[in-house]
Amino acid sequence: MDFELMINSLPKLLNATVITLKLLSLSLFFGLFIGFLFAVLRMNKNPIINKFAYGYSYVFRGTPLLVQIFIIYYGLGQVEYLRSTVLWVILKEPYWCAIIAFALNTGAYTSEILRSAFQTIKPGMIEAGKSLGISSKIIFYKIQIPIAIRQSLPAYGNEIILMLKGTSLASTVTLMDLTGVAKYIISTTFKPIEVFIVAGGIYLFMTFLVHNTIKYLERKFSY
Amino acid sequence: MELLAFGKTGWGDELFYATLMTLAVSVTAMLIGFFFALIFTPLKLSKNKFLNLIGNFYTTVIRGVPELLVIYLFFFGGSGTIMFVASMFGYFEYIEINAFITGSFAIGIISGAYSTEVFRGAIQSIDKGQFEASKVLGIKKHIQFYKVILPQMLRLAIPNLSNVWQITLKDTSLISVTGLVEIMRQSYIAAGSTRDPLFFYSFAAVLYLLLTYFSMKLINKLELKYSRGY
Repeated sequence: MDFELMINSLPKLLNATVITLKLLSLSLFFGLFIGFLFAVLRMNKNPIINKFAYGYSYVFRGTPLLVQIFIIYYGLGQVEYLRSTVLWVILKEPYWCAIIAFALNTGAYTSEILRSAFQTIKPGMIEAGKSLGISSKIIFYKIQIPIAIRQSLPAYGNEIILMLKGTSLASTVTLMDLTGVAKYIISTTFKPIEVFIVAGGIYLFMTFLVHNTIKYLERKFSY
Repeated sequence: MELLAFGKTGWGDELFYATLMTLAVSVTAMLIGFFFALIFTPLKLSKNKFLNLIGNFYTTVIRGVPELLVIYLFFFGGSGTIMFVASMFGYFEYIEINAFITGSFAIGIISGAYSTEVFRGAIQSIDKGQFEASKVLGIKKHIQFYKVILPQMLRLAIPNLSNVWQITLKDTSLISVTGLVEIMRQSYIAAGSTRDPLFFYSFAAVLYLLLTYFSMKLINKLELKYSRGY
Protein backbone atom coordinates (compact mmCIF):
# COMPACT_ATOMS: atom_id res chain seq x y z
CA MET A 1 0.00 0.00 0.00
CA ASP A 2 1.43 3.34 -1.07
CA PHE A 3 -0.13 5.72 1.45
CA GLU A 4 1.93 8.64 0.23
CA LEU A 5 0.43 8.36 -3.23
CA MET A 6 -3.05 8.16 -1.72
CA ILE A 7 -2.53 11.38 0.24
CA ASN A 8 -0.84 13.16 -2.67
CA SER A 9 -3.55 12.26 -5.15
CA LEU A 10 -6.39 13.33 -2.86
CA PRO A 11 -6.26 17.10 -3.70
CA LYS A 12 -6.14 16.36 -7.44
CA LEU A 13 -9.08 13.99 -7.17
CA LEU A 14 -11.07 16.42 -5.03
CA ASN A 15 -10.48 19.13 -7.64
CA ALA A 16 -11.84 16.81 -10.31
CA THR A 17 -14.85 16.07 -8.10
CA VAL A 18 -15.95 19.67 -8.68
CA ILE A 19 -16.29 18.92 -12.40
CA THR A 20 -18.18 15.71 -11.65
CA LEU A 21 -20.59 17.62 -9.44
CA LYS A 22 -21.06 20.34 -12.06
CA LEU A 23 -21.82 17.73 -14.71
CA LEU A 24 -24.22 15.97 -12.36
CA SER A 25 -26.15 19.05 -11.24
CA LEU A 26 -26.54 20.53 -14.71
CA SER A 27 -27.65 17.25 -16.28
CA LEU A 28 -30.12 16.59 -13.48
CA PHE A 29 -31.48 20.12 -13.83
CA PHE A 30 -32.11 19.81 -17.57
CA GLY A 31 -33.07 16.15 -17.24
CA LEU A 32 -35.84 17.01 -14.83
CA PHE A 33 -37.41 19.37 -17.37
CA ILE A 34 -37.11 16.82 -20.15
CA GLY A 35 -38.46 14.09 -17.89
CA PHE A 36 -41.44 16.16 -16.82
CA LEU A 37 -42.22 17.16 -20.40
CA PHE A 38 -42.12 13.56 -21.64
CA ALA A 39 -44.06 12.23 -18.66
CA VAL A 40 -46.88 14.64 -19.57
CA LEU A 41 -46.62 13.64 -23.24
CA ARG A 42 -46.79 9.96 -22.25
CA MET A 43 -50.11 10.56 -20.52
CA ASN A 44 -51.52 12.37 -23.53
CA LYS A 45 -54.42 10.54 -25.15
CA ASN A 46 -53.27 11.29 -28.69
CA PRO A 47 -51.64 8.00 -29.85
CA ILE A 48 -49.00 9.75 -31.99
CA ILE A 49 -47.73 12.00 -29.17
CA ASN A 50 -47.95 9.05 -26.80
CA LYS A 51 -45.95 6.74 -29.09
CA PHE A 52 -43.36 9.45 -29.71
CA ALA A 53 -42.76 9.91 -25.98
CA TYR A 54 -42.62 6.14 -25.47
CA GLY A 55 -40.14 5.76 -28.35
CA TYR A 56 -37.91 8.43 -26.82
CA SER A 57 -37.70 6.72 -23.47
CA TYR A 58 -37.35 3.27 -25.06
CA VAL A 59 -34.40 4.28 -27.21
CA PHE A 60 -32.56 6.15 -24.47
CA ARG A 61 -33.13 3.41 -21.91
CA GLY A 62 -32.30 0.59 -24.31
CA THR A 63 -28.90 1.83 -25.47
CA PRO A 64 -25.72 2.37 -23.44
CA LEU A 65 -24.97 5.91 -22.30
CA LEU A 66 -21.56 5.61 -23.96
CA VAL A 67 -23.18 5.27 -27.41
CA GLN A 68 -25.31 8.32 -26.72
CA ILE A 69 -22.30 10.46 -25.78
CA PHE A 70 -20.35 9.28 -28.81
CA ILE A 71 -23.22 10.02 -31.19
CA ILE A 72 -23.55 13.54 -29.83
CA TYR A 73 -19.83 14.32 -29.49
CA TYR A 74 -18.32 12.57 -32.52
CA GLY A 75 -21.41 12.05 -34.66
CA LEU A 76 -23.08 15.45 -34.69
CA GLY A 77 -19.80 17.21 -35.48
CA GLN A 78 -19.86 15.45 -38.80
CA VAL A 79 -23.05 17.15 -39.97
CA GLU A 80 -21.91 20.09 -42.09
CA TYR A 81 -25.11 22.01 -41.58
CA LEU A 82 -24.77 21.98 -37.77
CA ARG A 83 -21.27 23.38 -38.01
CA SER A 84 -22.60 26.54 -39.62
CA THR A 85 -25.32 27.22 -37.04
CA VAL A 86 -25.12 28.81 -33.61
CA LEU A 87 -25.55 25.34 -32.07
CA TRP A 88 -21.97 24.58 -33.00
CA VAL A 89 -20.72 26.87 -30.23
CA ILE A 90 -22.22 24.37 -27.79
CA LEU A 91 -21.64 21.16 -29.73
CA LYS A 92 -17.91 21.63 -30.20
CA GLU A 93 -17.38 21.62 -26.44
CA PRO A 94 -17.05 18.12 -24.95
CA TYR A 95 -18.37 19.56 -21.69
CA TRP A 96 -21.73 20.55 -23.19
CA CYS A 97 -21.94 17.42 -25.33
CA ALA A 98 -21.59 15.33 -22.18
CA ILE A 99 -24.26 17.38 -20.42
CA ILE A 100 -26.65 17.07 -23.38
CA ALA A 101 -26.17 13.29 -23.49
CA PHE A 102 -26.58 12.93 -19.71
CA ALA A 103 -29.64 15.19 -19.64
CA LEU A 104 -31.35 13.30 -22.46
CA ASN A 105 -30.52 9.99 -20.78
CA THR A 106 -31.65 10.90 -17.29
CA GLY A 107 -34.66 12.65 -18.84
CA ALA A 108 -35.80 9.33 -20.29
CA TYR A 109 -35.54 7.53 -16.94
CA THR A 110 -37.09 10.47 -15.07
CA SER A 111 -40.06 10.51 -17.45
CA GLU A 112 -40.74 6.85 -16.62
CA ILE A 113 -40.43 7.51 -12.89
CA LEU A 114 -42.78 10.50 -13.02
CA ARG A 115 -45.26 8.73 -15.29
CA SER A 116 -45.61 5.78 -12.95
CA ALA A 117 -45.89 8.21 -10.02
CA PHE A 118 -48.76 10.03 -11.74
CA GLN A 119 -50.46 6.73 -12.50
CA THR A 120 -50.39 5.58 -8.88
CA ILE A 121 -52.46 8.57 -7.83
CA LYS A 122 -55.86 7.20 -6.91
CA PRO A 123 -58.61 8.39 -9.28
CA GLY A 124 -60.65 9.17 -6.18
CA MET A 125 -58.32 12.06 -5.36
CA ILE A 126 -58.94 13.69 -8.73
CA GLU A 127 -62.68 12.95 -8.57
CA ALA A 128 -62.85 14.47 -5.10
CA GLY A 129 -61.17 17.59 -6.43
CA LYS A 130 -63.59 17.76 -9.34
CA SER A 131 -66.64 17.33 -7.14
CA LEU A 132 -65.42 20.24 -5.04
CA GLY A 133 -65.50 22.32 -8.22
CA ILE A 134 -61.74 22.78 -8.46
CA SER A 135 -60.61 23.42 -12.03
CA SER A 136 -58.61 20.64 -13.63
CA LYS A 137 -55.61 22.94 -14.00
CA ILE A 138 -55.46 23.56 -10.25
CA ILE A 139 -56.07 19.85 -9.58
CA PHE A 140 -53.00 19.10 -11.70
CA TYR A 141 -50.75 21.67 -10.03
CA LYS A 142 -51.98 21.47 -6.45
CA ILE A 143 -52.98 17.81 -6.11
CA GLN A 144 -51.40 15.62 -8.75
CA ILE A 145 -47.92 17.18 -8.85
CA PRO A 146 -47.29 17.23 -5.07
CA ILE A 147 -48.42 13.61 -4.72
CA ALA A 148 -46.37 12.53 -7.74
CA ILE A 149 -43.24 14.20 -6.34
CA ARG A 150 -43.62 12.37 -3.06
CA GLN A 151 -44.28 9.06 -4.83
CA SER A 152 -41.28 9.37 -7.12
CA LEU A 153 -38.73 10.39 -4.47
CA PRO A 154 -37.26 6.91 -3.76
CA ALA A 155 -36.92 6.02 -7.44
CA TYR A 156 -35.57 9.46 -8.28
CA GLY A 157 -32.95 9.08 -5.55
CA ASN A 158 -31.75 5.91 -7.31
CA GLU A 159 -31.70 7.77 -10.58
CA ILE A 160 -29.48 10.51 -9.09
CA ILE A 161 -27.03 7.86 -7.92
CA LEU A 162 -27.07 6.17 -11.35
CA MET A 163 -26.43 9.54 -12.97
CA LEU A 164 -23.59 10.28 -10.55
CA LYS A 165 -21.97 7.07 -11.73
CA GLY A 166 -22.89 7.92 -15.32
CA THR A 167 -20.91 11.16 -15.22
CA SER A 168 -17.77 9.01 -15.13
CA LEU A 169 -18.30 8.46 -18.87
CA ALA A 170 -17.42 12.10 -19.46
CA SER A 171 -13.82 10.95 -19.17
CA THR A 172 -14.22 9.11 -22.50
CA VAL A 173 -14.71 12.43 -24.31
CA THR A 174 -11.51 14.00 -22.93
CA LEU A 175 -13.09 15.61 -19.85
CA MET A 176 -11.02 15.36 -16.68
CA ASP A 177 -13.69 14.49 -14.16
CA LEU A 178 -13.08 12.34 -11.08
CA THR A 179 -12.79 9.12 -13.08
CA GLY A 180 -10.71 10.81 -15.79
CA VAL A 181 -8.16 12.08 -13.27
CA ALA A 182 -8.18 8.72 -11.46
CA LYS A 183 -7.42 6.95 -14.73
CA TYR A 184 -4.63 9.42 -15.46
CA ILE A 185 -3.02 8.83 -12.07
CA ILE A 186 -3.39 5.04 -12.44
CA SER A 187 -1.81 5.01 -15.88
CA THR A 188 1.15 7.12 -14.77
CA THR A 189 1.86 5.41 -11.43
CA PHE A 190 0.55 1.87 -12.08
CA LYS A 191 -0.97 1.79 -8.60
CA PRO A 192 -4.59 1.00 -9.43
CA ILE A 193 -5.66 -0.22 -6.00
CA GLU A 194 -4.55 2.87 -4.07
CA VAL A 195 -6.18 5.27 -6.54
CA PHE A 196 -9.32 3.14 -6.68
CA ILE A 197 -9.68 3.33 -2.90
CA VAL A 198 -9.41 7.14 -2.84
CA ALA A 199 -11.54 7.85 -5.93
CA GLY A 200 -14.05 5.14 -5.03
CA GLY A 201 -14.21 6.54 -1.51
CA ILE A 202 -15.12 9.98 -2.85
CA TYR A 203 -17.85 8.47 -5.03
CA LEU A 204 -19.17 6.40 -2.13
CA PHE A 205 -19.27 9.48 0.07
CA MET A 206 -21.35 11.30 -2.55
CA THR A 207 -23.72 8.34 -2.96
CA PHE A 208 -24.06 8.22 0.80
CA LEU A 209 -24.98 11.92 0.92
CA VAL A 210 -27.56 11.58 -1.86
CA HIS A 211 -29.05 8.49 -0.25
CA ASN A 212 -29.45 10.17 3.14
CA THR A 213 -30.81 13.42 1.72
CA ILE A 214 -33.49 11.50 -0.16
CA LYS A 215 -34.31 9.47 2.97
CA TYR A 216 -34.68 12.73 4.89
CA LEU A 217 -36.93 14.25 2.22
CA GLU A 218 -39.04 11.09 2.12
CA ARG A 219 -39.66 11.33 5.85
CA LYS A 220 -40.34 15.05 5.62
CA PHE A 221 -42.92 14.71 2.86
CA SER A 222 -44.55 11.51 4.08
CA TYR A 223 -48.23 11.70 4.79
CA MET B 1 -25.62 0.92 -47.04
CA GLU B 2 -22.47 -0.35 -48.76
CA LEU B 3 -20.62 0.49 -45.55
CA LEU B 4 -22.42 -2.45 -44.01
CA ALA B 5 -21.59 -4.93 -46.77
CA PHE B 6 -20.08 -8.24 -45.73
CA GLY B 7 -16.59 -9.14 -46.86
CA LYS B 8 -13.64 -6.88 -47.46
CA THR B 9 -15.55 -3.88 -48.77
CA GLY B 10 -17.79 -3.22 -45.79
CA TRP B 11 -18.06 -3.48 -42.05
CA GLY B 12 -21.02 -5.88 -41.95
CA ASP B 13 -19.18 -9.03 -40.94
CA GLU B 14 -16.93 -7.18 -38.47
CA LEU B 15 -19.95 -5.68 -36.76
CA PHE B 16 -21.70 -9.04 -36.77
CA TYR B 17 -18.81 -10.70 -34.95
CA ALA B 18 -18.60 -7.72 -32.61
CA THR B 19 -22.26 -8.24 -31.74
CA LEU B 20 -21.55 -11.88 -30.97
CA MET B 21 -18.66 -10.73 -28.77
CA THR B 22 -20.94 -8.34 -26.87
CA LEU B 23 -23.38 -11.21 -26.32
CA ALA B 24 -20.60 -13.56 -25.22
CA VAL B 25 -19.22 -11.04 -22.72
CA SER B 26 -22.70 -10.25 -21.39
CA VAL B 27 -23.59 -13.92 -20.87
CA THR B 28 -20.23 -14.70 -19.25
CA ALA B 29 -20.50 -11.65 -17.01
CA MET B 30 -24.05 -12.57 -16.03
CA LEU B 31 -22.92 -16.11 -15.09
CA ILE B 32 -19.95 -14.77 -13.11
CA GLY B 33 -22.45 -12.43 -11.46
CA PHE B 34 -24.66 -15.39 -10.47
CA PHE B 35 -21.62 -17.07 -8.99
CA PHE B 36 -20.91 -13.99 -6.86
CA ALA B 37 -24.58 -13.73 -5.92
CA LEU B 38 -24.46 -17.36 -4.82
CA ILE B 39 -21.69 -16.45 -2.36
CA PHE B 40 -22.92 -13.07 -1.18
CA THR B 41 -26.68 -13.61 -0.91
CA PRO B 42 -26.29 -16.06 2.02
CA LEU B 43 -23.84 -13.59 3.62
CA LYS B 44 -26.35 -10.76 3.36
CA LEU B 45 -29.09 -12.95 4.84
CA SER B 46 -26.85 -14.35 7.55
CA LYS B 47 -27.55 -13.60 11.20
CA ASN B 48 -23.83 -13.33 11.88
CA LYS B 49 -22.97 -9.61 12.07
CA PHE B 50 -19.51 -10.03 10.56
CA LEU B 51 -20.66 -12.06 7.54
CA ASN B 52 -23.47 -9.58 7.09
CA LEU B 53 -20.96 -6.74 7.00
CA ILE B 54 -18.95 -8.44 4.24
CA GLY B 55 -22.08 -8.96 2.16
CA ASN B 56 -23.21 -5.36 2.61
CA PHE B 57 -19.73 -4.04 1.88
CA TYR B 58 -19.66 -5.81 -1.48
CA THR B 59 -23.05 -4.61 -2.69
CA THR B 60 -22.67 -1.06 -1.36
CA VAL B 61 -19.20 -0.45 -2.76
CA ILE B 62 -19.86 -1.95 -6.18
CA ARG B 63 -23.21 -0.24 -6.61
CA GLY B 64 -21.88 3.10 -5.37
CA VAL B 65 -18.77 3.33 -7.53
CA PRO B 66 -18.86 4.01 -11.30
CA GLU B 67 -18.55 0.95 -13.52
CA LEU B 68 -15.74 2.58 -15.46
CA LEU B 69 -13.63 2.93 -12.31
CA VAL B 70 -14.10 -0.78 -11.52
CA ILE B 71 -13.07 -1.64 -15.07
CA TYR B 72 -9.92 0.48 -14.80
CA LEU B 73 -9.11 -1.25 -11.50
CA PHE B 74 -9.30 -4.64 -13.18
CA PHE B 75 -7.68 -3.57 -16.41
CA PHE B 76 -4.65 -1.98 -14.76
CA GLY B 77 -4.63 -4.10 -11.62
CA GLY B 78 -5.49 -7.51 -13.09
CA SER B 79 -2.16 -8.49 -14.61
CA GLY B 80 -0.27 -6.91 -11.69
CA THR B 81 -2.13 -9.05 -9.18
CA ILE B 82 -1.67 -12.22 -11.19
CA MET B 83 2.03 -11.51 -11.68
CA PHE B 84 2.35 -10.96 -7.94
CA VAL B 85 0.71 -14.31 -7.22
CA ALA B 86 2.84 -16.00 -9.90
CA SER B 87 6.01 -14.51 -8.44
CA MET B 88 5.25 -16.31 -5.18
CA PHE B 89 5.45 -19.54 -7.14
CA GLY B 90 8.74 -18.50 -8.73
CA TYR B 91 7.41 -17.25 -12.08
CA PHE B 92 8.76 -13.82 -12.98
CA GLU B 93 7.89 -13.38 -16.68
CA TYR B 94 5.42 -10.71 -17.78
CA ILE B 95 1.87 -12.01 -17.87
CA GLU B 96 -0.82 -10.26 -19.79
CA ILE B 97 -4.35 -11.41 -19.19
CA ASN B 98 -6.84 -11.58 -21.95
CA ALA B 99 -9.18 -8.56 -22.34
CA PHE B 100 -12.18 -10.89 -22.56
CA ILE B 101 -11.43 -12.43 -19.17
CA THR B 102 -10.69 -9.13 -17.39
CA GLY B 103 -13.70 -7.49 -19.01
CA SER B 104 -16.16 -10.27 -18.18
CA PHE B 105 -14.79 -10.45 -14.67
CA ALA B 106 -15.14 -6.70 -14.05
CA ILE B 107 -18.66 -6.57 -15.47
CA GLY B 108 -19.45 -9.86 -13.70
CA ILE B 109 -18.58 -8.43 -10.29
CA ILE B 110 -20.82 -5.42 -10.97
CA SER B 111 -23.63 -7.59 -12.26
CA GLY B 112 -23.20 -9.86 -9.23
CA ALA B 113 -23.85 -7.00 -6.82
CA TYR B 114 -27.19 -6.29 -8.53
CA SER B 115 -28.08 -9.99 -8.70
CA THR B 116 -27.30 -10.37 -4.99
CA GLU B 117 -29.79 -7.64 -4.18
CA VAL B 118 -32.41 -9.27 -6.39
CA PHE B 119 -31.98 -12.73 -4.82
CA ARG B 120 -31.97 -11.30 -1.32
CA GLY B 121 -35.21 -9.46 -2.02
CA ALA B 122 -36.79 -12.55 -3.58
CA ILE B 123 -35.88 -14.86 -0.69
CA GLN B 124 -37.06 -12.34 1.87
CA SER B 125 -40.42 -11.97 0.20
CA ILE B 126 -41.14 -15.71 0.36
CA ASP B 127 -43.72 -16.37 3.04
CA LYS B 128 -42.19 -17.57 6.33
CA GLY B 129 -44.80 -20.30 6.45
CA GLN B 130 -43.12 -22.00 3.50
CA PHE B 131 -39.92 -22.46 5.50
CA GLU B 132 -41.81 -23.60 8.59
CA ALA B 133 -44.11 -25.96 6.70
CA SER B 134 -41.24 -27.73 4.97
CA LYS B 135 -39.44 -28.00 8.31
CA VAL B 136 -42.52 -29.51 9.93
CA LEU B 137 -42.75 -32.03 7.10
CA GLY B 138 -39.19 -33.08 7.94
CA ILE B 139 -37.75 -32.08 4.58
CA LYS B 140 -33.96 -31.88 4.62
CA LYS B 141 -32.37 -28.44 4.43
CA HIS B 142 -30.90 -28.71 0.93
CA ILE B 143 -33.99 -30.35 -0.53
CA GLN B 144 -36.05 -27.61 1.08
CA PHE B 145 -33.92 -25.07 -0.75
CA TYR B 146 -34.02 -26.79 -4.16
CA LYS B 147 -37.63 -27.96 -4.17
CA VAL B 148 -39.48 -25.40 -2.10
CA ILE B 149 -37.61 -22.12 -1.93
CA LEU B 150 -35.77 -21.98 -5.26
CA PRO B 151 -38.78 -22.41 -7.59
CA GLN B 152 -40.72 -19.73 -5.73
CA MET B 153 -37.68 -17.49 -5.57
CA LEU B 154 -37.09 -17.72 -9.32
CA ARG B 155 -40.62 -16.62 -10.06
CA LEU B 156 -40.12 -13.51 -7.94
CA ALA B 157 -36.59 -12.87 -9.15
CA ILE B 158 -36.98 -13.18 -12.92
CA PRO B 159 -38.57 -9.76 -13.61
CA ASN B 160 -35.80 -8.04 -11.63
CA LEU B 161 -33.10 -10.25 -13.12
CA SER B 162 -34.20 -9.07 -16.54
CA ASN B 163 -33.31 -5.55 -15.38
CA VAL B 164 -29.92 -6.82 -14.24
CA TRP B 165 -29.45 -8.41 -17.66
CA GLN B 166 -30.21 -5.08 -19.37
CA ILE B 167 -27.75 -3.26 -17.10
CA THR B 168 -25.09 -5.91 -17.76
CA LEU B 169 -25.63 -5.80 -21.51
CA LYS B 170 -25.27 -2.02 -21.58
CA ASP B 171 -22.28 -2.07 -19.22
CA THR B 172 -20.34 -4.26 -21.64
CA SER B 173 -20.03 -1.21 -23.91
CA LEU B 174 -17.63 0.18 -21.29
CA ILE B 175 -15.05 -2.56 -21.75
CA SER B 176 -14.36 -1.11 -25.18
CA VAL B 177 -11.88 1.13 -23.28
CA THR B 178 -9.74 -1.95 -22.67
CA GLY B 179 -9.52 -2.68 -26.39
CA LEU B 180 -11.78 -5.73 -26.56
CA VAL B 181 -13.47 -5.66 -29.96
CA GLU B 182 -17.17 -5.63 -29.14
CA ILE B 183 -19.87 -3.44 -30.70
CA MET B 184 -18.56 -0.14 -29.33
CA ARG B 185 -14.91 -0.81 -30.12
CA GLN B 186 -15.71 -2.04 -33.62
CA SER B 187 -17.84 1.05 -34.30
CA TYR B 188 -14.99 3.21 -33.03
CA ILE B 189 -12.58 1.52 -35.44
CA ALA B 190 -15.01 1.74 -38.34
CA ALA B 191 -15.86 5.37 -37.55
CA GLY B 192 -12.18 6.22 -37.45
CA SER B 193 -11.29 4.68 -40.78
CA THR B 194 -14.38 5.83 -42.72
CA ARG B 195 -14.75 9.22 -41.00
CA ASP B 196 -18.42 8.51 -40.59
CA PRO B 197 -18.96 8.37 -36.80
CA LEU B 198 -22.61 9.45 -36.96
CA PHE B 199 -23.57 6.44 -39.04
CA PHE B 200 -21.56 3.85 -37.12
CA TYR B 201 -22.48 4.99 -33.63
CA SER B 202 -26.15 5.21 -34.62
CA PHE B 203 -25.86 1.71 -36.03
CA ALA B 204 -24.28 0.58 -32.76
CA ALA B 205 -27.29 2.05 -30.95
CA VAL B 206 -29.60 0.06 -33.23
CA LEU B 207 -27.65 -3.14 -32.51
CA TYR B 208 -28.00 -2.58 -28.76
CA LEU B 209 -31.70 -1.87 -29.17
CA LEU B 210 -32.13 -5.12 -31.10
CA LEU B 211 -30.25 -7.04 -28.42
CA THR B 212 -32.34 -5.58 -25.60
CA TYR B 213 -35.57 -6.04 -27.57
CA PHE B 214 -35.05 -9.70 -28.39
CA SER B 215 -33.64 -10.62 -24.99
CA MET B 216 -36.67 -9.03 -23.34
CA LYS B 217 -38.97 -11.14 -25.53
CA LEU B 218 -37.11 -14.26 -24.43
CA ILE B 219 -37.20 -13.30 -20.75
CA ASN B 220 -40.94 -12.61 -20.94
CA LYS B 221 -41.40 -16.20 -22.12
CA LEU B 222 -39.38 -17.47 -19.16
CA GLU B 223 -41.45 -15.33 -16.86
CA LEU B 224 -44.62 -16.92 -18.17
CA LYS B 225 -43.13 -20.37 -17.66
CA TYR B 226 -42.27 -19.74 -14.03
CA SER B 227 -45.51 -18.03 -13.17
CA ARG B 228 -47.59 -21.06 -14.21
CA GLY B 229 -50.05 -21.92 -11.51
CA TYR B 230 -50.27 -18.40 -10.11
